[in-house]
Amino acid sequence: MKIEGKKRIWQDYQKEIADDSYFYVRSCVRQNFFPASEKIFLKILKEELFKDIYENASHTTCSGIGYHSDVVPFETTMTIIARQFALMTEAGYENFVSSCITSFGLYSEVLETWNHFPEVEDRIREHLLKATGRQFNKPKNLAHASDVIYKFRKEIGERGKFRLINCKSGKPLKGVEHIGCHYSKMFPSKGIGGAEYPYVLVGMIEEWGGEVIDYPERRHCCGFGFRQYLVKANRGYSIACSKKKFESMEPYHPDFILTNCPGCPMFLDRWQYAISEMEGKTYGPDGQGIPVLTYEELAGLILGYNPWDLGLQVHQVPVEPLLDKMGIPYNPETKFLGKNGEDLGRPEAPSFLHFYPETK
Amino acid sequence: MKDFGYTINPDRQINYDQNSKEPVYWLETMEPSVNICISCGGCTATCSARQFTDFNIRKVHTLMMRGETHSLKKEIKKCMLCGKCQTVCPRGVNLRNLILSIHKILEFNNL
Amino acid sequence: MKQSVIIIGGGIAGMEAAASLARMGIEVTIVEKENALGGHLLQWDRLFPDRKRSDEVLEYLKKEMDSSISVETGCSVKEISRENGNFRIILDNEKILNGNALLLATGYDLFNARKKEEYGYGIYENVITSAELEGFLRKNPQPGLMKGFQVKRIGIIHCVGSRDEKVGNLYCSKLCCITAVKQAIEIREILPDVEVFCFYMDLRMFDRHFEEMYYEAQKKWGVHFIRGRLSEADENPDHTLILKVEDTLTGLPLKMTVDALILMVGMTPSAGTKKLADMAGALSGEDGFLMPSDEHLQPNETTVPGLFLTGAVKGPVSVGNTLADARAAALKIYEYFSRMAG
Repeated sequence: MKIEGKKRIWQDYQKEIADDSYFYVRSCVRQNFFPASEKIFLKILKEELFKDIYENASHTTCSGIGYHSDVVPFETTMTIIARQFALMTEAGYENFVSSCITSFGLYSEVLETWNHFPEVEDRIREHLLKATGRQFNKPKNLAHASDVIYKFRKEIGERGKFRLINCKSGKPLKGVEHIGCHYSKMFPSKGIGGAEYPYVLVGMIEEWGGEVIDYPERRHCCGFGFRQYLVKANRGYSIACSKKKFESMEPYHPDFILTNCPGCPMFLDRWQYAISEMEGKTYGPDGQGIPVLTYEELAGLILGYNPWDLGLQVHQVPVEPLLDKMGIPYNPETKFLGKNGEDLGRPEAPSFLHFYPETK
Repeated sequence: MKDFGYTINPDRQINYDQNSKEPVYWLETMEPSVNICISCGGCTATCSARQFTDFNIRKVHTLMMRGETHSLKKEIKKCMLCGKCQTVCPRGVNLRNLILSIHKILEFNNL
Repeated sequence: MKQSVIIIGGGIAGMEAAASLARMGIEVTIVEKENALGGHLLQWDRLFPDRKRSDEVLEYLKKEMDSSISVETGCSVKEISRENGNFRIILDNEKILNGNALLLATGYDLFNARKKEEYGYGIYENVITSAELEGFLRKNPQPGLMKGFQVKRIGIIHCVGSRDEKVGNLYCSKLCCITAVKQAIEIREILPDVEVFCFYMDLRMFDRHFEEMYYEAQKKWGVHFIRGRLSEADENPDHTLILKVEDTLTGLPLKMTVDALILMVGMTPSAGTKKLADMAGALSGEDGFLMPSDEHLQPNETTVPGLFLTGAVKGPVSVGNTLADARAAALKIYEYFSRMAG
């Protein structure tokens, strides 16, 4: 691998990311999948970076899941998105930040559609006005939340208490990055680093001391694919996609997987459990899996937040091996305690995946 | 092992690295003209068996060359050895011997 | 008074046209941006289909170069103007040239393979271009192509930068197919134990002896041809490469590890051509190559009297056809002068 070649491509795919004053929109599913990630994003921006970031309770789904599953027509989707822009405009913001990759892709698609077909934009403005009485300005800057963390990766690293370095050997930890398909495959120029060698997560891993592994199936989809996962009969195809990736990355012995999409960390995490139960196969050493993190979770770990406040206890692949390598302290006793110290109960241990805390 | 109500789909990609190179080796040895095929499909167009079955000698040949032999034993038996294909081939591939050789290789290697 | 021609471009088209014009008693000046005449051929090893050494062609062309031909190397054209039917050219070294006719022979550039990001050129260790393989064969026609490990399998990718809307080149570069066949044979000659796979969309063996060379590659050298365009290449930990194509003749996706990947880079209009054409008044086609006034009947003439074209400035063309075209251009210039003299 010649890093100069990659750097040259990265230079070609830089994009402007606003510096402050963000209108933030959440994902439909992330609060269930990875409950603390969005909260941590807001905390990092407000309390670590002192940025102005605002969200509005009236924000709804962008309808992306319905759109990609062929149940919501594009016309409806565009009008829903126009309403989100109206909320931003009414709140006095111009920089739109989306937590979800599907939404980010869809916002990009809608803006690009309006760019090429202004008459469609006019029609949608009319729809929105008739339906809700609202009007909107298009965002000046559209970014995915991972773009924002990428932008402030140095500041986060400087404030950080931990690094992606094995505390025993002093060597960089090895990470594989997995980019959500709709981050840059639809519009390569809208993603940092483009579609073939995206840099957004690589930049974070490198900045925080880790080493990135470029494994052959890096570009393969995690297998969510909307209809593929949503319809149970299709799940064999969804899980096969993740399996292809695990088998491709396994020879490199990654210490973690870093993702920036709502679906990918869910499937790369849960499918490792499902594969272990179905085939007895695990992809880490000694029955361990490969821990999967969202970029907010990783940023939170770097900043020294309590792993259980980051929601890492709800991952199906235990993250304790990674915490141990990074030298991050954690209390096994409080892993399954709820917010007010209430005991949430200990989940049933998987048949093959190593379970933490170990039973005495 | 748990049953979640779905299975893991097998990979349909031809994995050339994993496929055995034996079939190609034997085929090239037994009938060197296998390499000059240009996949024009003349053989398959005229094939008596192709009109009534899925048998596609052009494709069987290509699959053999990739070491993708798993379904071929059943396929090659559909050939009636009429020899029409050989009269059509613009490159002069010895199709009769090619078919007999594929048959022998699959039988001998129990593929 | 002796008539004079300025030729911009000192590749094989410019050289051959200059020699022909000089033999007709016409005064010739060649302007070449590099420090030596010969163009791309200087980097090439052997030519298809007869495997003639490119040096032989260069030696022939150099020998032809009459002492009356003046050559301006290492300089570029800054300005072209036309007055009373004559051309006045200012070079970047401020030198001024005058000519009764102008011949554009600025050739082509090889497609920049970095633009096909997914093929990993400039990123993966063992991805090279057809031109780099020629350079290697020229210097070192011995086994040991790759350092540090045994080479078992090499992949050759056709149509890199050609027939590809994504990189803006819809056209076929037409010479890459036969180059692939030639280089596949050469690899098998040097490394007989190496498997060679060519990945193609169509094999365009358009000229005499080309189809026979393809036949020879299959029959004598056992080169394998897989119909399918490379979708992406990825690097393994040991720097071998995984290729993903559809084997379109079986209808199945296929992956294969190769030790090295050779990209058959296409031809694109040379960097300076557009600017020169604009200054001289020549028209470009949609593909960026220059347009003669009639592709059938006036392949060397343009809509500007006294302005002529030859060689790959008009699109991909082989060495043999370039030389023939250069001679035709010289003849057309001679006829133009005869007509002007009345």
